[in-house]
Amino acid sequence: MSQVTANPNVTTAAEPKVKSASPWVLAFRQVRQSKLAIFGIVMLLLMFLICFFGPFFSPYTIDTLNIRNGNKAPSAAHWLGTDNLGRDILLRVMLAGRISLLVGFVAMMVSVSIGSLLGAIAGFYRGWVDTIIMRIIDIMMSIPSLPLLIILGSILSDWKIPPSERIYIVMFMLGILSWPGLARLVRGQILSLREQEFMQAAESLGLRDSKKIFRHLLPNTIPIIIVNATLAVGGAILMESVLSYLGLGVVPPTPSWGNMISAANNLIDFQKRPWLWIPPGVCVFITVMSFNFVGDALRDAFDPKSKSKR
Amino acid sequence: MSNNLIEFRNLRTNFYTGSGVVKAVNDVSFSIREGETLCVVGESGCGKSVTAMSLMRLVATPGKIVGGEILYKGEDLLKLKEREMRYLRGNEIAMIFQDPMSSLNPVLTIGHQIAEPLRIHKKLSKQEAKKKSIELIELVGIPRAAKIYDSYPHELSGGMRQRIMIAIALSCDPKLLIADEPTTALDVTIQAQILDLMRDIKKEFNTAIMMITHDLGVVAEMADHVVVMYAGKVIEEAPVHELFNNPKHPYTQGLLKAKPVISNRQDRLYTIPGQVPNPVELGENCYFNDRCEHCMEICVQKQPDLNIYDNKHKAACWLYEKEGK
Repeated sequence: MSQVTANPNVTTAAEPKVKSASPWVLAFRQVRQSKLAIFGIVMLLLMFLICFFGPFFSPYTIDTLNIRNGNKAPSAAHWLGTDNLGRDILLRVMLAGRISLLVGFVAMMVSVSIGSLLGAIAGFYRGWVDTIIMRIIDIMMSIPSLPLLIILGSILSDWKIPPSERIYIVMFMLGILSWPGLARLVRGQILSLREQEFMQAAESLGLRDSKKIFRHLLPNTIPIIIVNATLAVGGAILMESVLSYLGLGVVPPTPSWGNMISAANNLIDFQKRPWLWIPPGVCVFITVMSFNFVGDALRDAFDPKSKSKR
Repeated sequence: MSNNLIEFRNLRTNFYTGSGVVKAVNDVSFSIREGETLCVVGESGCGKSVTAMSLMRLVATPGKIVGGEILYKGEDLLKLKEREMRYLRGNEIAMIFQDPMSSLNPVLTIGHQIAEPLRIHKKLSKQEAKKKSIELIELVGIPRAAKIYDSYPHELSGGMRQRIMIAIALSCDPKLLIADEPTTALDVTIQAQILDLMRDIKKEFNTAIMMITHDLGVVAEMADHVVVMYAGKVIEEAPVHELFNNPKHPYTQGLLKAKPVISNRQDRLYTIPGQVPNPVELGENCYFNDRCEHCMEICVQKQPDLNIYDNKHKAACWLYEKEGK
């Protein structure tokens, strides 16, 4: 193809180097304005660094038992004290953090992939496909999740699944229970996006359905997916804590914040040895709160209506 | 300039709405020759766009093509499988939409959107597609093509976006370009540039253009051949000079009279009296009868056929028939 009206003096060198700002970049610039979001991001980064690298600097290992040294209050040797078996609480909190954060992320990823995929398919094809998916969602949403998780947890206990494998099952359980909310949101967005003129234009180019869904429609729903995913990580960590607290999620000896907090079940530990349960509790609190700050800031950044309020 | 590229034969597209069946395209027949610009004129809701969407087979529910044939190079498009049709779309038949502001996907770069049909239809590699895309951006007269390639739609003006739409449509060297009111959403200076661009392209690539418009100025500037539609029917069809010099149908005459003439000032422009008839459940009369100055008895009883007169001029009006005299 030759050039009809090609501009002969096309110069690119003289142009100032300005990187094109994608809608995402613009939104993240907005997030940077929010102090709470910065606080949340910093706290989360700290939490990650401490949990994933901290254990390497600890003089103790997870198997270091010292029963004579059990239930000691915080000291120079054990900054956060020791538990009834003489294990270092600081180390256990960090290792538990790895597990809890991992559970949060995997559960979120399971939930986001199922939710956005099924939501997009339901919204794009409409008709009977939509009906089937939406009825499944209705059913999932009308089952109370806590009793269901408790039942599943006790089945797992009954089958005597080893604790190391059990955490993976917990991750998927949490993810599978939380996708319907996101699927609904994505479906709603896709339903309105598919009627936009640019989709008609995409259709007139002869694109396949998969291209239309994954390249043209889903990227437009990323704002709500990101917001939802951020909040879902916090939710999953909280839910994992609840389950582990009840002894049905991650079970000892694998530490998780939830099963460490369950020390508070014991009246003597609760009253006399707060170093057993306060550190993991504070960690859950800070982590979930930070995720929520970041999620809220992202929502404000992506929502055009909330910008004017400031 | 002689072979028919597209031939509509008795095309009927209905919309099944809650208040009844709307015959949006009602027994429409006309053809577009290779390398020709054909303008479809008519007021809003007369079926121009639905005719074009029927050609692309993209009529959205509750609309449905219920009859007729659309021949593309002698092959009936309505009988093709969806997969074969998808191959034609964007490749041999491309389309430009009315509103450039909303026709580009806001989250994908310009480059991605131009390269996409190239990669799908021409099976180009990423680098080849990028090179070709940048050529196309230059072709439609946008400087700094390499930079535009990486930018997002919100960074471009309306005129530039319409040029990008044209670049996308041209990417696979289509035989037919459907332009659905391509200049309606643009201001007048940009309109002129876009029309110039389309004329250049037509000359260069011998692309046939089916232009949908309600702007007679655009028709006069662009068209070789004109089809006038009213309430889902073709009421007049003629080469552009013939139509402007010698409009036959009273509706066309009214349209031409309603156009402002720059040299003489009028206090009030001519308007065609009355309203477009309700498209639900139209009867067996001439649909224009209640607005027509020359309405006769037969006009309310029978529908006129589209008959050919001198100079390839077709019209559907009883004024020119024996029965009407």
